[in-house]
Amino acid sequence: MTKPSSPMPAAPAPPSDTVAGIVFFGAFALLVMPMLDAFGTIDHFTLNLWGKYLCYALLALSVDMLWGGTGLLSLGQALFFTLGGYMHGMYLMRMIGDQGQYHKPIPDFLVFLGWTDLPSFWRPFEHFSFAMLMVFLLPGALAFVFGWLAFRSRIKGVYFSILTQALTYAGALIFFRNNTLMGGNNGFTDFKSELGFPLADPATQRGLFVVTAAVLLLTVIGLHWLRGTKFGLVQRAIRDGENRTLFSGYATPTFKLFLFVAAAMIAAIGGALYVPQVGIINPSDMTPDKSLEAIVWVAVGGRGTLAGPILGAVAVNLLKSYATRAFPDLWLILLGGLFLLVVLFLPGGLISLPDKLRPLWAKLRRSPAPTA
Amino acid sequence: MSTNRITSLLSVGALALASLVTPARGEETVKVGVLHSLSGTMAISETSLRDVLLFTFDEINAKGGVLGKKIEPVVVDGASNWPLFAEKSKQLLEQDKVAVTFGCWTSVSRKSCLPVFEKNNGLLFYPVQYEGEEESKNVAYTAEAVNQQATPAIDYLLAQGVKKFYLLGSDYVYPQTTNLVLLEYLLSKGVPLENIGGGFRKDASGKIISAGKYTPFGHTDYQQIVAEIKQFSAGGGAAVVSTLNGDTNVPFFKEYAASGLTADNCPVVSFSISEDEFRGLPADKLVGQLGCWTYFQSIESAANKKFVADFQAWLAKSKVPGIVKEGRVTCSPMVLSYDGVYLWKACVEKAGSFEVDKVREAWKSGVSFDGPGGKVTTQPNMHLTKNVFIGETRADGQFKILKSFDNVYGEPWLKGKFK
Repeated sequence: MTKPSSPMPAAPAPPSDTVAGIVFFGAFALLVMPMLDAFGTIDHFTLNLWGKYLCYALLALSVDMLWGGTGLLSLGQALFFTLGGYMHGMYLMRMIGDQGQYHKPIPDFLVFLGWTDLPSFWRPFEHFSFAMLMVFLLPGALAFVFGWLAFRSRIKGVYFSILTQALTYAGALIFFRNNTLMGGNNGFTDFKSELGFPLADPATQRGLFVVTAAVLLLTVIGLHWLRGTKFGLVQRAIRDGENRTLFSGYATPTFKLFLFVAAAMIAAIGGALYVPQVGIINPSDMTPDKSLEAIVWVAVGGRGTLAGPILGAVAVNLLKSYATRAFPDLWLILLGGLFLLVVLFLPGGLISLPDKLRPLWAKLRRSPAPTA
Repeated sequence: MSTNRITSLLSVGALALASLVTPARGEETVKVGVLHSLSGTMAISETSLRDVLLFTFDEINAKGGVLGKKIEPVVVDGASNWPLFAEKSKQLLEQDKVAVTFGCWTSVSRKSCLPVFEKNNGLLFYPVQYEGEEESKNVAYTAEAVNQQATPAIDYLLAQGVKKFYLLGSDYVYPQTTNLVLLEYLLSKGVPLENIGGGFRKDASGKIISAGKYTPFGHTDYQQIVAEIKQFSAGGGAAVVSTLNGDTNVPFFKEYAASGLTADNCPVVSFSISEDEFRGLPADKLVGQLGCWTYFQSIESAANKKFVADFQAWLAKSKVPGIVKEGRVTCSPMVLSYDGVYLWKACVEKAGSFEVDKVREAWKSGVSFDGPGGKVTTQPNMHLTKNVFIGETRADGQFKILKSFDNVYGEPWLKGKFK
């Protein structure tokens, strides 16, 4: 996937700018938004919505560290996101206790299916620490096995994309089955509390938002640091010419495997944070079109950058939230139009907009009388 | 990240944030939410409900509104995306502060919204047949409960001399639960276990925890299942009870007709095919097969004829972008949406208030409305008493009514009821 003309930066942005960006973003997400919420300037709904966007931003980062960063277009990141959500969801389901519709000590959908005892694989999930461990372990293990098989067999480019898409589709089919005992089509919903804090309480939601923002911030710092290391250089070398890197003596499959597993874990933690804030997780989130959506966010925001995927995830979802209310009949056309515009006129994504506008602006100032 | 980029990021965010804030409205209207999928896989069914709701609001507003206030619909698109349903219901309740919401089709969308309605003490009117096993004080179930569709259909088939029943459905909660209830119901009616087809799944102790044959959404290969049904029905006196959903009905009925099975030698009664579905399904493949709903467009009553004519007239004049005007029909979920709005209006007027707690009290005290499908009456368990009809599919996608059951009480808790 060599694209010398693409607007990806050849080297990471100068550190001072990035540090300023991180500080700005951290202050905005960790302090300003929650304070505005606590003082009632923005309503709880808005903060909760932003919490969801930040979870999507984690998914977008996971897509981009593979796509923009390594040249691997994975169409399966939504699977890892949803699996992370399910792992945390299992804990939240256990915390409902007997407050469900049937007032039984096991989750409602199991009562529905005629179960009287908890299936054994559900048991450890009443421990928060176990569930959190599984948020990382299960998607990580799946990514490891899949990645090991794929990279060892030198599966690349479009074949890799198709395989990852098949993987997420298979996952969705498994979770749609009621017999998988993971809630079938309905998935998990009706959560009551997290670590004893009621989820309906705005303060709990504010806490979840702060945690999400902090995780996103740490991820950005981590990814930025990684780009500056020798590892980051190899990563870019793989993107720009994998064979040359391989013949220079680097075991590229191992590098790719590490990145694939790390990206899966980033998506998974995003999914885990998404579940208590959105209140539902179900297999429709695993279908291939969800992964494609995440790729659209990255493309709109600007791939190969750290701020681009975040900007894309937030901007597209903000527009979606707004337009499904303001133009319920036309919003798909609006969104589709935006994607077309970005692809045609802004291949570098929204993040490249200022750079595109600067020469235009300079030109306008030089010749005040427009010619066209 | 350069400072310019930061400014652009900030301004995009601020702009979008500002646009989320809705302008203040006058005092003369009452806001009502409409939460259906206008895009995605469910749009084909749910857009019809949006249309009939807008028609009903116009009809009520033309006569002076509710408690002197005009209904101001807030239409949002759930986009067949279940987490988005939760987000949109939050928006309707917390930002728009709607008095009531009409919406949802699939059970999963209802389950997704339910915690939001309970947390904000909102009121959701739910109009589509469902599996029961739920009774929230924040949902008005105008929908058919299992005993207002599935069990009357079994009664009808038993009276017709059917002795063997094959249970077939899509793999999700509604078919699974309906078939478990039907299994108990059939056994209570003296149908032996070997005369119930589709297979069973048992737990370790040998207790049956699932009955019937299930196929995934979008399944297209029904050759094996139809062969199994053919074998099952070989001795005669058999019927198929189908809870197959949506598009999968096309390959199923094609295969069914091709194998030589007909409505005469083995009728199929479907619970998910209404007149509206025939806009997308070939009705000629289903002639003679049975349906069971609490309304059919073919009901011969003055109220129904007026409703159908008024709806068509409204459609012809409608300026809603993208609305389909040709070939439109009315069906049970649409009429239950229509009835729902009028019942809400009656409850509000009885309570003298739009407050959810007071409206709910009025609902529980029993309010009636004479709708296109006959009289419907609210019950203390948030469900409806209504008439149930059995119909036979005609080639034009309408139903010929064969039998009606009057004033059936809606009962959501049916598992373990029939012994």
